[in-house]
Amino acid sequence: MKRRTFTRLAALALAAGVAGTPAMAQEVLKVGAVAPKTGPLAGGAAVSYWPNVKLWISDVNGRGGLKVGGKTYKLEAIEYDDQTNPGETIKAVQRLVDQDKAKIVLPPYSTGLNLAAAPIYARYGLPMITSTATTDKADALSAQFPNVFITLGGAKPVVQGVVDTMVKLRDRGDIGKKLAMVNVADAFGIELMNEAKPAFKKAGFDLVYETSYPLGTQDLSPVMKAAKAAAPDAFIAWSYPPDTFALTEQAIVEDLKVGAFFTAVATAFPAYAGRFRTGVEGVLGIGGVNADGEAFKAYAKRHEEVTGAKPDYWASAMVYSSFQVLEKSIEAVGSFDNAAIIKHIKANSFDTVIGPIKFDEHNNNPSFWTVGQWQGGVFKGVASTGRAGAVDVKKKAAWK
Amino acid sequence: MSALSSRDWGNLALCAIALAIAACLPWTAGAYGLSIGVTIAMYTVLATSWALFSGPTHYISLASAAFFGVGTYVTGIGIQYLPYWTLLPIAGVSGAVMAALVGLATLRLSGVYFVIFTLGLAEFVRQIITWSQNISGTKGIYVLTSIGEMHIYWQLLGLAALVWLLGWLIGRSRLGFALRIIGDDEAVARHSGIDTARAKILLFMVPGAVAAITGAMLAPRYVYIEPSLAFSPMLSFQVVIMALLGGTGRLWGPLVGVIPFTFLWEAISVSFPNQTTLLLGVCFLVIVYLLPKGFVGLIDLAARRMRSAEGYV
Repeated sequence: MKRRTFTRLAALALAAGVAGTPAMAQEVLKVGAVAPKTGPLAGGAAVSYWPNVKLWISDVNGRGGLKVGGKTYKLEAIEYDDQTNPGETIKAVQRLVDQDKAKIVLPPYSTGLNLAAAPIYARYGLPMITSTATTDKADALSAQFPNVFITLGGAKPVVQGVVDTMVKLRDRGDIGKKLAMVNVADAFGIELMNEAKPAFKKAGFDLVYETSYPLGTQDLSPVMKAAKAAAPDAFIAWSYPPDTFALTEQAIVEDLKVGAFFTAVATAFPAYAGRFRTGVEGVLGIGGVNADGEAFKAYAKRHEEVTGAKPDYWASAMVYSSFQVLEKSIEAVGSFDNAAIIKHIKANSFDTVIGPIKFDEHNNNPSFWTVGQWQGGVFKGVASTGRAGAVDVKKKAAWK
Repeated sequence: MSALSSRDWGNLALCAIALAIAACLPWTAGAYGLSIGVTIAMYTVLATSWALFSGPTHYISLASAAFFGVGTYVTGIGIQYLPYWTLLPIAGVSGAVMAALVGLATLRLSGVYFVIFTLGLAEFVRQIITWSQNISGTKGIYVLTSIGEMHIYWQLLGLAALVWLLGWLIGRSRLGFALRIIGDDEAVARHSGIDTARAKILLFMVPGAVAAITGAMLAPRYVYIEPSLAFSPMLSFQVVIMALLGGTGRLWGPLVGVIPFTFLWEAISVSFPNQTTLLLGVCFLVIVYLLPKGFVGLIDLAARRMRSAEGYV
């Protein structure tokens, strides 16, 4: 080796060493995340889940790192794609704990994948604060898996929120009692429809049109034409992302004149407003947030700065909040003793971007948003099970 | 059926020892190793039973996911009313009956028509289940049991042993002989007096029953069952590609495909979590172009070369 080259290399090594010193003082903590990057649920995870992993890690590192028992750790994400396949989710969680030695494993995405992974989290004793699972069986689940927490609620409270909202509109004279209701013939859509039919009957509504359509139906114009022919006062669709968009599109094409228009999953996505622009004014949907609250505003701003995308107005903030609960519990306990962390989560109330979260005896978060409405370009919560900041529901204006 | 030679007995003993060693995995490997073991055992069972039918007949079946899904639903629905052990035979019988019905309807077809039908079958069954859910108003099914990974692994090993035994017996029977003739030339088989449709249907019931039992065994692992997870079409494709990678000419062929493929798949998921599907596609192409007869073909070729080099051939 030439002497000059050697000197240069030595200088370079020294420089690298000096530059590296401050980082060396902090230990790196691996944080595991498993969710779909491919498969049917990849689209939803790309909106509600993955950006929050990035944001949370950036936020924690931005304030210096995670402080655990006198040490400060820089967080580093290990991301795995489970291909929307429960077998892969299970394997990836085991890989994270056994091979990668991740101290923190974030919950997976969607109801099915969360529940499939619950036994593995339980076996490792990992706290699992789910943020994208909806279930009415929180009591049975927490009995079997005491480490599992539910934050996003279930079908029953969502339906109750929609019924209450419609009753309010009817009592104000904004809509009559004729109701058209459709659902996508798949998991969540079926469950919601099944809850909603008796609930609306009990509330004194007449179901003038009802139908279901298979998941993945491309052409929903027959559904909307038939709904319009029944001349309803309100339209409700227990829908999934693709059909939420397709039904709204058809409602605009057919110029469906109703005083209330409700579509379910994905109505709260920023892409929904991006697609229909001013047409979304007054559209009701599942979810909602305290959009005028400072906590959410600050969160939405950081979300856009760090990830380059807007958060959705339903699950996004809940996903981030569940990470916050975990973060605060680990710091409060001051170690990675999972049993103590779980105990702490059960016993305390946490201040998060969605508001305070306090779990009940079934590890269930009893207060969550159920219905939101697009008002002035923002999807604001209008009904919840005990969240502050709900705005008054408005009558749906004309589409254009 | 001829009497067993001493070599057959030796092979049987070797297989028993290998299985006994494999059964020790839960104690020797960690949880991660065990979950890879479950994956390997599951695909070994599926690919071997698939090759029992598709190997000799050359009918490519994409129906594994359909039978698998039916099996998971047998456990999902049945676990509330019946003890777990009765569900496995029920799943097996449902899978076999379904395969027989499908066979009656389609095995007179050949080539691409059969492939398309089997691919559609999984979607068809899935839609029926979704429709009945829509009518009855029940959503996904919860399977909350105390059955752990290691129990599932042992059950799968036992099932694999059964499949190998069955395959070995079929290979020695009149049915196996008839199927080899059908695979070579169906017209000749018919002219020789073989009831080709009957033979094919009988054999198609084997992968049907086995895939359904596999699904029933894995349901407790999934905890929550819904149609889109139980009837994932990816499963059918993976079974086919693993069996082809190993080679369908030998009973142990699929196994030598499943093991490297599982580790390859693992390596891709770990190193390139954002490009899994892309790299999987590349692997498919490489396998089809470079290893058309699978590892079995490669091993046979090497053995032939060695013999000719030594002057035996």
